Amino acid sequence: MLKVSLYRYNPETDQEPYMQEVELDTGGKDLMVLDVLELLKGSDPSLAYRRSCREGVCGSDGMNINGKNGLACITPISEALKNGKGGNKLVLRPLPGLPVIRDLVIDMSLFYKQYEKIKPFLQNDTPAPAIERLQSPEEREKLDGLYECILCACCSTACPSFWWNPDRFIGPSGLLQAYRFLADSRDTATEERLSDLDDPFSVFRCHGIQNCVNVCPKGLNPTKAIGHIRNMLLSRAT
Amino acid sequence: MANIRTISFDGVIVGGGGAGMRAALQLAQSGYKTAVISKVFPTRSHTVSAQGGITCAIASSDPQDQWQWHMYDTVKGSDYIGDQEAIEYMCQVGPEAVYELDHMGMPFSRTEEGRIYQRPFGGQSKNFGEGGQAARTCAAADRTGHALLHTLYQGNLKNNTVFFNEWYATDLVKNEDGEVVGVIAICIETGEVVYVKSKATVFATGGAGRIYASTTNAHINTGDGVGMALRAGFPVQDIEMWQFHPTGIAGAGVLVTEGCRGEGGYLVNKDGERFMERYAPNAKDLAGRDVVARSMTLEILEGRGCGPNGDHVYLKLDHLGEEVLESRLPGICELSRTFAHADPVKEPVPVVPTCHYMMGGIPTNVNGQALTVDAEGNDTVIPGLFACGEVACVSVHGANRLGGNSLLDLVVFGRSAGLYIEKSLREGIEMRDASEADIERAMSRLNKINNTTGGESVSALRTELQTIMQNHFGVFRRGDFMQEGIKKLAELRVRIDNAHLEDKSNAYNTARIEALELHNLFEVAEATAIAAEARTESRGAHAREDFTDRDDENWLCHSVYFPSEKRVGKRAVNFTPKTREAFAPKIRTY
Repeated sequence: MLKVSLYRYNPETDQEPYMQEVELDTGGKDLMVLDVLELLKGSDPSLAYRRSCREGVCGSDGMNINGKNGLACITPISEALKNGKGGNKLVLRPLPGLPVIRDLVIDMSLFYKQYEKIKPFLQNDTPAPAIERLQSPEEREKLDGLYECILCACCSTACPSFWWNPDRFIGPSGLLQAYRFLADSRDTATEERLSDLDDPFSVFRCHGIQNCVNVCPKGLNPTKAIGHIRNMLLSRAT
Repeated sequence: MANIRTISFDGVIVGGGGAGMRAALQLAQSGYKTAVISKVFPTRSHTVSAQGGITCAIASSDPQDQWQWHMYDTVKGSDYIGDQEAIEYMCQVGPEAVYELDHMGMPFSRTEEGRIYQRPFGGQSKNFGEGGQAARTCAAADRTGHALLHTLYQGNLKNNTVFFNEWYATDLVKNEDGEVVGVIAICIETGEVVYVKSKATVFATGGAGRIYASTTNAHINTGDGVGMALRAGFPVQDIEMWQFHPTGIAGAGVLVTEGCRGEGGYLVNKDGERFMERYAPNAKDLAGRDVVARSMTLEILEGRGCGPNGDHVYLKLDHLGEEVLESRLPGICELSRTFAHADPVKEPVPVVPTCHYMMGGIPTNVNGQALTVDAEGNDTVIPGLFACGEVACVSVHGANRLGGNSLLDLVVFGRSAGLYIEKSLREGIEMRDASEADIERAMSRLNKINNTTGGESVSALRTELQTIMQNHFGVFRRGDFMQEGIKKLAELRVRIDNAHLEDKSNAYNTARIEALELHNLFEVAEATAIAAEARTESRGAHAREDFTDRDDENWLCHSVYFPSEKRVGKRAVNFTPKTREAFAPKIRTY
């Protein structure tokens, strides 16, 4: 039997959140954490969490698993238990730092607002050609490690600077996306993008703690991208 | 009393995947007040899982490539029940739609010339089948759907589309004249129910792969648009045509792209034999998906499957080398390591045909207008209702979709629906307002489920439904077996109608959403079952053991399923493309 500790909170019936202790027969299988949740929801339909693709590409089921942010659908129980917190028990909590709506579902409005703030779309003021805008494989390679972001919020909600200033610090995810457009040879808005970011909070609240790198389920490196933006801002200032 | 808030738009799009967001983008750019209702944040839609690419004759890989060759392949792939006018439109307009995606910022992979990288995919040829394998699928590594979906979301942000994210549309609102004038929708976060009034309602709700127990589809693919259309009394077309993708990871169902075989991977049985050479001597592993899926199933049934239970075959990739795998198929390497515990660099991936795509859906014309058929057998437009993407059957896929054609379908027809609605709005759309009774009728299902006091568990009923579909309507089908399945479904309908919603709370109540989704799954499943039993031939993905041949005399046509009488009718396939003569049906071999 697998012991599971679940964060529960229904704003309509609960005064405050609590940890619910349940047991589940996994048939000895090393299930993914999402499979565990699906089985539990089968017997308790009131359990709320987000899920969609169940293969780690849609970014719905980011949650805090035994103390570490990750995607439930690609985290096997065995790996979760290795995170160290909780002993032999699977401990599932919502992503930290943002308001909880219900159970494992958080309100991601601030996270999305920071994403929108960096103008996450290509800007190019030259007329579009009749075919695609040409881009060499070397130029395109600069987007690798950036465009794959799935907006799961595992990184930003693991970042102490984002916890402190979620309204003013863009956060690792938003900044990774900001650099994705700064690095794109087809984008011509570099100057405006940099001036939008040039204040004490948007970028410079990053203190290089690297929790973001540690938790990113896609193996991306926001800290490195932030370093690039920082250098661009600094070389622009001189 | 329908005591709910009304929100009004010029155009409302139900579904925030590729098709919905492409339609929304077109409308938002034209300045009309446009809303997208999506039950998940848009980048969580199932388009995100598309891997291999978007097929289109942009003539990057081969400067001589022509959209007419792509058209030929698609007609042949459809086993000749794809509408040639629609296929012609898609293949011809395709390049423009793909270049727009690049201009919007989509991070396609590139060739040395700086153009979009194209890879070979199944069923592709040069020179109308005479010039060998083509490479026509435009790719962003093996994350093309992700790249496309995020780009479209970004384009919509730029154009100020209004998003109702995590809102769920429950049913269509029809006025006294039978015109569609919007939908009823619930805000998942708060439980608020509103009437979203619109001059044009576009269904872009995607597929319904979750009617099967084993599927590559996301949890959210529950056929909501088909369910709503059928409940409103509108027909669906070719709904028996379900694609089983050859390479779902055995046990997990997760997809590995056809691009693996495009890049040179191949399938082997337990003897290590590259068996596709026997079934499709020319195209081999890149034959149509229906052909490959059937061949694999036969290998397994005849005892040449792999693994302790002999229930899958292997996809061999290691010979491609680590560099190719990590650069062209990085996502596949990740998925295979996570879900198959197999590292493709060193060992083969266990795969099995897995439910993947709904070729059928709401019949539409190339403008995305939903159609029904009148008593005389004439096509009639359903005023106010549009459909595009997987939920629609325009029909470009016929009885079997080619890989890479779904992403093209959704951008081309999302775009064309948007263009047509823009034009209609400019000319003026007049429809009678919905009365209180009309709104009340549209809310009746929701009200019923909110008032249940007993009944069976939604999740148990869903499992039962999926098992029936898996066992009775799979890769190979047989009349008596399907009739038994239909009987089981009839018995299940009553129980699903009376399923219990125990949790009546308002805040983020996913139990309520899943209960409503179950109704939609059931509607799709029942339509599939009845249409499959009616089509007494084998064509494309519909393979019958009791009718093994294609029957052009009786079935070179669409099936149309009418929900009120549970009757299956026929509708003519379009053989009148605009710019060339039609491709006549031929025996389909690869």
